[in-house]
Amino acid sequence: MNPIVALISSSLGKKYLMAISGLLLSLFVLGHLVGNLQIFADPYFINSYAYKLHNLPYGLLWVIRFGLLAVVAVHVWTSIVLTLENRKARPQSYDKDATAEASLSSRTMRVSGIIVLLFLIFHLAHYTVKNVPGHEYGKAIQIKDVTYEAKVPLKLPESKGGAVLKTPTGEDKYGYDVHTMMIAGFSHLWITGIYLVAVFLLCNHLSHGVSSMFQSLGMRNSGSRKSLDLFARIYGIGLFLGYSSIPVAVLLGIIKVQGIPA
Amino acid sequence: MNLTLKVWRQADADSDGKMVDYKVEDVSEGSSFLEMLDILNEQLVETGEEPIAFDHDCREGICGMCSLVINGLPHGPERLTTACQLHMRHFKDGDTITIEPWRAKPFPVVKDLVVDRSTFDDIQQAGGYIGVNTGAVVDANAIPIPKEIADWAMDGAACIGCGACVAACKNASAMLFTAAKVSQLNSLPQGEAEKDRRTLAMVETMDAAGFGNCTNYGECEAVCPKGISLDMISQLNRDYAAAAMRRLVGRAS
Ligand code: HEM
Ligand code: FES
Repeated sequence: MNPIVALISSSLGKKYLMAISGLLLSLFVLGHLVGNLQIFADPYFINSYAYKLHNLPYGLLWVIRFGLLAVVAVHVWTSIVLTLENRKARPQSYDKDATAEASLSSRTMRVSGIIVLLFLIFHLAHYTVKNVPGHEYGKAIQIKDVTYEAKVPLKLPESKGGAVLKTPTGEDKYGYDVHTMMIAGFSHLWITGIYLVAVFLLCNHLSHGVSSMFQSLGMRNSGSRKSLDLFARIYGIGLFLGYSSIPVAVLLGIIKVQGIPA
Repeated sequence: MNLTLKVWRQADADSDGKMVDYKVEDVSEGSSFLEMLDILNEQLVETGEEPIAFDHDCREGICGMCSLVINGLPHGPERLTTACQLHMRHFKDGDTITIEPWRAKPFPVVKDLVVDRSTFDDIQQAGGYIGVNTGAVVDANAIPIPKEIADWAMDGAACIGCGACVAACKNASAMLFTAAKVSQLNSLPQGEAEKDRRTLAMVETMDAAGFGNCTNYGECEAVCPKGISLDMISQLNRDYAAAAMRRLVGRAS
């Protein structure tokens, strides 16, 4: 057999792919959180951050998008193949089932993974493709009784010493008002609900996953296992607290829509 | 003590089996689990019923033949203990005890609680040996081996091949068994020369037999009567990756 095919079709080869894709996704969700937490600062920060991402040179945005999609595809594909093989390996289950050691998060990886995947599809429809019914995108986003233009100049408020950014041809630069869009999203309780459940399950997924991937790659032993398990739990809980702080702050009115003078 | 047993009965490999209830009375707390089954079997023979078939040999925890899933746990509730070394004092009068065979596709039931574990032999035969004569006992001392390495290899060699790891694993994975065998030989200088081909062949034979995939639950380590550590699996994960990479460039040992 071709050695590459042999590696990828072996049980361990698939586990390596699962662990490496899991590692990349774990790093991505951390980076994504750091980006999102800019919502707590002046709208200028998250809006210009979003602008920069959307205007990366050399079409890097699409490279990143397709790269992430490929990583998710590998992760989901390996999880499906491995799970089906595992089912086949025990056609007759035990009359009495017991668990000696395995944590709840390790036993619910499939459920948490599937729900996180469904959320991911919703999330992309919501903010990347922008076609979730219930609130408008594009020209204007309406919240309560105020209407703001969704396309806003990327500038620091003049009160803080900002100046209008100009393109080389002298026009003002425009980008999406991500700040307002995020608040608009979390003004719908059902969106906040879905988001909190998904982020909680992601935390659960990573409480096992982040330690497990070290074992799958042969980089864990009994000396480091306790610390890695603790690290995984802290990583998961930290992400949960970080991500859920945003809708909570919106609900409590800590983050408010800020009109940018025309 | 008086007990109710729920036992898997299956006439042969091709028949369907089912759980059957039995009562055993006046069992001494000092008797072993297998002796308790012997008592039940005597009762069954007296009433003209077919006795319950179960595997056993040494009854002193070293051969790896006994293979009972007791109340959902392979070898029962006591850690680091084979079913044959489990004593009835760990149960209470009036208990109901469920007894089932190892459950995995590569371990088909032969009869009642007896399963066919020859897929473990296949894995072992694929590379669980050293292909040349390594000399007599004295020659072992000709090559100095650091204490830690020798201890590690001994820890792997402690595996008695009972298959409790497969039975306990929620994926019916044979990683702990294969890892113990691979790590033992790969860690010693005598086994070094055939390291890559051994690792590749044993893992690929394990896969072909239809065992599940490890998801690092840790159930195997918890039930292993010999306390084989998940660290062995970690080493197998490393050794297989390295071997597969060297095979990619045609340099596998
Ligand atoms: C998209 C849907 C997802 C599905 C269906 C899924 C499913 C799975 C499954 C079945 C496992 C193996 C569980 C085990 O080894 O016990 C796993 C492991 C893992 N997942 Fe996911 N997952 C998904 C998304 C994610 C995401 C978004 C992340 C990161 C943020 C992630 C990170 C991990 C990690 C780190 C592991 C551990 C890898 C290992 O055991 O070696 N997963 N996932
Ligand atoms: S009968 Fe030999 S180990 Fe139990």
